[in-house]
Amino acid sequence: MVKQFLSLEWKSFLRSASFGKSLGIKIFMGFISLYFIILFLGMGLLLYPGLKEAFPDKDPLLIVNSVLFYWILSDLIFRFFFQKLPVMSVKPLLQLPIKRRDIVNFVLGKSALSFFNFLPLFAIVPFGITLIIKDYPTSAVLGWMIGLVLVTLIINFLNFIIESFSAETELSILPIVLLTGGLYALNHFNIISFSNIISNGFNAIYKTPILNITLIVILGILYWFNFKLLRQKLFLDSGLKTKIKEVNASNLEWTKNFGDIAPFMKLDLKLIWRNKRTKSSVWMLALGLLYGLFFYPQPTYQNLPWFFVFIGVFSTGIFLINFGQFIPAWDSGYYKLLMSQNIKYEQYLKSKFTLMSVSVIILFVLGIPYVFFGWKILLAHFAAAIYNVGVNTHVILYGGSFNRKKIDLSQKAAFNYQGTGAVQWLIGIPLLILPMGLFALFYFLVGFEVACLIIAVFGVAGIVLHQKLMGVITAKYLESKYKMINAFDENK
Amino acid sequence: MITTSNLSKKYNNNLVLNIESLDIPKGQSFGLVGNNGAGKTTYFSLLLDLIQPTTGFIKTNNIQVNESEDWKPFTSAFIDESFLIGYLTAEEYFYFIGELRNQNKADVDALLSQFEDFFHGEILNQKKYLRDLSKGNQKKVGIVAALIGNPEVIVLDEPFANLDPTTQIRLKGIIKDLAEKKGVTVLISSHDLMHVTDVCERIVVLEKGKIVKDLATNEATLKELEAHFTN
Repeated sequence: MVKQFLSLEWKSFLRSASFGKSLGIKIFMGFISLYFIILFLGMGLLLYPGLKEAFPDKDPLLIVNSVLFYWILSDLIFRFFFQKLPVMSVKPLLQLPIKRRDIVNFVLGKSALSFFNFLPLFAIVPFGITLIIKDYPTSAVLGWMIGLVLVTLIINFLNFIIESFSAETELSILPIVLLTGGLYALNHFNIISFSNIISNGFNAIYKTPILNITLIVILGILYWFNFKLLRQKLFLDSGLKTKIKEVNASNLEWTKNFGDIAPFMKLDLKLIWRNKRTKSSVWMLALGLLYGLFFYPQPTYQNLPWFFVFIGVFSTGIFLINFGQFIPAWDSGYYKLLMSQNIKYEQYLKSKFTLMSVSVIILFVLGIPYVFFGWKILLAHFAAAIYNVGVNTHVILYGGSFNRKKIDLSQKAAFNYQGTGAVQWLIGIPLLILPMGLFALFYFLVGFEVACLIIAVFGVAGIVLHQKLMGVITAKYLESKYKMINAFDENK
Repeated sequence: MITTSNLSKKYNNNLVLNIESLDIPKGQSFGLVGNNGAGKTTYFSLLLDLIQPTTGFIKTNNIQVNESEDWKPFTSAFIDESFLIGYLTAEEYFYFIGELRNQNKADVDALLSQFEDFFHGEILNQKKYLRDLSKGNQKKVGIVAALIGNPEVIVLDEPFANLDPTTQIRLKGIIKDLAEKKGVTVLISSHDLMHVTDVCERIVVLEKGKIVKDLATNEATLKELEAHFTN
């Protein structure tokens, strides 16, 4: 059975319409993975000598145990955003003589083989070997290592439970924020010291490896819970059926002010608000807006003005990047309709442009309080916002004409909880790096104000040339019309 | 109204459509029949400029469809569900199409009121997105949306499939009415020979991309078609 499932997976990978494209991305992801492997390997090798040198009078193993709690929390957050339960199209399998149990076990078993579970091994194993070389008792160290592997798997399955709950709430990041934030707060204010509990637990496991049984039991319970959750979804009228929500119609009369692009604006707003996948990009706005808070409070970044522009472009352009990169694939489901209707391509594209520009302006205005960290930041953000409106919007619209991958808004794959992943961010890189590089160049050559001015000038130039640029972009879209229709039609 | 000359479409040297000439006069109700792969949808897609012809061209009202977009204001179509916007309600979809065709809300409402029978109380005021409607009801929405804005050419691919018997009969009435009373050129394709002979004045049979029969409908047509497809 497992063999057949594997062969199905392999075929769906090889034969998917977007094989070429996803292969490129996979190679890129391969490099990223390699980077992390090396990082973890280095950590595993240097951890013992490093800790020994920094804290000569403490046992490195005890130090590692005392911070395990934070590792668990950060691993949970990291996985929530980047690890998805493996997707498998189960509908065609349901009426075949395959036990539902096998399907669920296969999906869960496959998730245990995820890269995220192997990554910690690259740190754990070298660290453990170092311990053994340094004359720690071998059996105790092995027990400790097994304990960590079990924790990794526990995190793995805990993550899917959290994701399945977020899939049911409107604000998908709420459960993870509540859970990790709550645990962190309880620990931080010493109400319940989880870091002590976990540290003591691992010290105990080190002394009596047989205590790993507790972890195995926890793992078993989580697996069983996941099993139950997924099993429920394997019926046509539960998980596999799309839920029918009552419509909340609003007529969006105010879009009339936008003139001839109003019908498309209305359509785009409904598109964003009524589909899960697009809705998540709205919540991203909050993340983008608060992004600066990760950096600006730290004095290190205060002295790196060339970095301000990066944050400026990111935090004012997060919607632009998120939404823009899938133009026109958002409309792929009904692209044939648009192409045979009485519309002008330019109006269609202009609606997207307006939407993105407005989002930049709103995000900039909401970000004005950053002035608290210095007027330079506000200036940099202002320049970045102009750059976003003038340059990045056009670039991303132009890039859209190369879009060949259909997005299916209405159907959700059975186990696909969120529909967005790491890949989404890759495309945004040039949009961020280019202005930062440009800014850095002029910052070091001339000075901060001039660099801001240069970035702004690029933006203004883009705004001035808007009509011309739109003409070029429209021509490009018209040129790829048939290819897009064909591609959007193909991979149904 | 619609003239086709030397039209062909190849996919990797596989000729899927080859029509030397086909003229469809204004106000004709025109039926296209043929087995799977005969080229019906290919022809309609070429007519709507959704794919490019390998050779030849189609002109409607003397506008070559793959060169100018001026045919769009007077042409409308419903080919498949990909013409629907899943996250809109039926009303919103009708108004959206209306706006694209320069019809205000009142115009659209007036048109919709004629189809209350056809909708059978299952389309309007449902508070449901189109993606949540049944296949048959989705089809009703698509067909009626194709009638918005007084088009002169209406293209419907397999309009009878997935519809319940009552609706099929009502749809036949609508299509006949369009061609006879309003002078609209209606092009439909169907696998159901009976429906096509009921509705269309002229029926063209496609086989492997070629026109093999071109019939003016009369009492004997259904028999002739059945005989043709029995072999």
